[in-house]
Amino acid sequence: MMSPPPSPSGPPPSTALRAEPDSPARPAAGARVVRRALVVREVGIVAALVLLVAVTATVNPRFLSAQSVKDLLLGSTILAILAVGQTIVVVSRNVDLSVGSVLGLAAFATGSLFVASPDLPIPVVLLAGVGLGAVCGAVNGALIAAARVPALVVTLGTLYVFRGLDYTWATGRQINAADMPPAFLRLGTRTILGLPVLTMFAIVVLVAAGLYLRWYSSGRELYAIGSNPDAAHLAGIPVGRRVFGAFVASGALAGLAGVLYAARFGTLDANAGLGFELNVIAAVVVGGVAIFGGSGSVYGAAIGAVLLVTIGSALPVLGVNPFWQRAAVGVLILAAIGLDRALSARLARRLRGGSGGV
Amino acid sequence: MSDAGNQTTTGTGAWTRPLWAGLRSWDAAVLLGLVLVVLVGSAAVDGAGTPRFWRFVILEIIPIGLIALPMTLVIITGEIDLSVASVLGLTCTAFGQMWAWGVDSLPLLILVCLALGAVLGAVNGLFVTGFGLPSLAVTIGTLALYRGLASVVLGNRAVADYPPAWTLGSIRAIPGTTIPWAVLVLAALAIGFGVLLHATPIGRGVYAMGNNADAARFSGIAIRRTKFWIFVVTGVMSALAGVFWTLRFASARADNGTGLELAVVAAVLLGGVSIFGGRGGLVGVVAAVALLATLRNTLQLAYVPANTLTIITGSLLIISVVAPYVAGMIRARLRRHRPVSTTTPSAG
Repeated sequence: MMSPPPSPSGPPPSTALRAEPDSPARPAAGARVVRRALVVREVGIVAALVLLVAVTATVNPRFLSAQSVKDLLLGSTILAILAVGQTIVVVSRNVDLSVGSVLGLAAFATGSLFVASPDLPIPVVLLAGVGLGAVCGAVNGALIAAARVPALVVTLGTLYVFRGLDYTWATGRQINAADMPPAFLRLGTRTILGLPVLTMFAIVVLVAAGLYLRWYSSGRELYAIGSNPDAAHLAGIPVGRRVFGAFVASGALAGLAGVLYAARFGTLDANAGLGFELNVIAAVVVGGVAIFGGSGSVYGAAIGAVLLVTIGSALPVLGVNPFWQRAAVGVLILAAIGLDRALSARLARRLRGGSGGV
Repeated sequence: MSDAGNQTTTGTGAWTRPLWAGLRSWDAAVLLGLVLVVLVGSAAVDGAGTPRFWRFVILEIIPIGLIALPMTLVIITGEIDLSVASVLGLTCTAFGQMWAWGVDSLPLLILVCLALGAVLGAVNGLFVTGFGLPSLAVTIGTLALYRGLASVVLGNRAVADYPPAWTLGSIRAIPGTTIPWAVLVLAALAIGFGVLLHATPIGRGVYAMGNNADAARFSGIAIRRTKFWIFVVTGVMSALAGVFWTLRFASARADNGTGLELAVVAAVLLGGVSIFGGRGGLVGVVAAVALLATLRNTLQLAYVPANTLTIITGSLLIISVVAPYVAGMIRARLRRHRPVSTTTPSAG
């Protein structure tokens, strides 16, 4: 349902969402082929989302009502922010499994701060949550970059450690909406011009990360590291520092997601965000980010997050047993990586065909 | 992590001595940790080390151990299977649903469940080896898919009205002891997997393809076929764990064993298997599974809250990868300083 073949005759896209790491030696035609294939991938997932929404709205037009769209956006916000952070890590051929635990820790910290001093300004709490997340990310990044140990193992370890700290801190307590200032909770429900405030956070994060990865040399270097770490090192890229930075960014965004989680749900215990890590990776993979690095964009990942959440709310509308949601997500992941494989095989063939292949 | 703890070979009893020679030192470190936990626990914690204590430890070890055995092979080949807990959950579901439909022959139920596990594992294997897709992404997909199918079948229901002969039978003790007989099945399988991995050409091939896939291919090892069958076996073993889970807790629910995949992977990695493949062994993994279960139960008896164990599990995992690096760095620094003529400063 999401595999439009790359059209060889279409006009070159004017707004490439992402491109291969800069390599001056590559012939321009080859670069164009690469760029077009990657845009096809993102167009594919947008098409899948549009198709799903269109079919669902045909069955029940209320699926596109303002309230329903707002719920969809709110539901996708937290997953999308985590997916953006995860993308930054994954393009550098790493993975951050600790994001769900960092989210839980930051969410509980937010609640605890408000319980301790209810008059605290919201921006301060926001910064505290982001800062806490960044510290967690720095722990991951330091272990991975300095000791050169695999990210999967380290972040699986910190998944447990951070969650354990969260449990220890919470000691079975629960923080309720009544413990938090109404102004903060309004943040979780308010809309401006129909757009939820929380979603605006996500959009700002998305655009900032997108611009950074696309236009800043350190952002491009993350792709280079993900494509070939050894070559990146030989090319003089400070691999350790960049990877460290990627994990700090992922942690900070998980911290932000934790604060927003607190604002949205109001009720907090130590289980906030439990098991989120696999959903986030699912969103990233569905969004076309290669799990072994070097390719993919934050826009794709964010749309992947929206698609996963939309499936969840579309199934009941379509009269499908909502228990099918997880199964559908699984099928979508398999379809997405299968499509990626087919596209990259095709791309490799074209590039091998020489510069006349366009 | 092949030579991280040379210093740990201090005498811990004559019975272990013949083993030392063949053991890589990480295995030794994990075994030593296990012995320490057992000794300190039995001495200091009321109730630890009693027959009843071991009964609960072993009941906890069985399902994790059943899955950790094939997971060791999977990770040594350089792949990963995150769908194992979902296979377990879907098997529980199939068992419960078939029983609810009126299938009342235990051998038939077990056979169908194991066959289901084989099919689920084959799907993973097909995607990974047939289509050449990364196993991390594939099995995150099937993790969601299999668990999703389980909840489609059972929803929020639980099937729990099995004959007591089955449920009690699954946890019955070996006569004269408190040890559940099912551990004998695990032990036999562990020996089988150990022989397969450490004493057959197939096992050598598993290491070879994890170390250097190209070299393995050139030496004629059937990489794809081997990996495919390892995924199938992993499915079957997860299904077996699912059958045990259903009977032990006398309950089939779609969410049985949720999150168990990370616990299994953690145990395998703590057991000294490299996430990059090619390194590790079953002795370390079995020791690590036992270590985690013993530690957990000992701490529970000592009224240490469960979250502390969560922290300890995570820390052990991190230490298991960081320690060899630190040890290597220290050794390199010592070596660099040994020649008297050395004048260059030793940076990082």
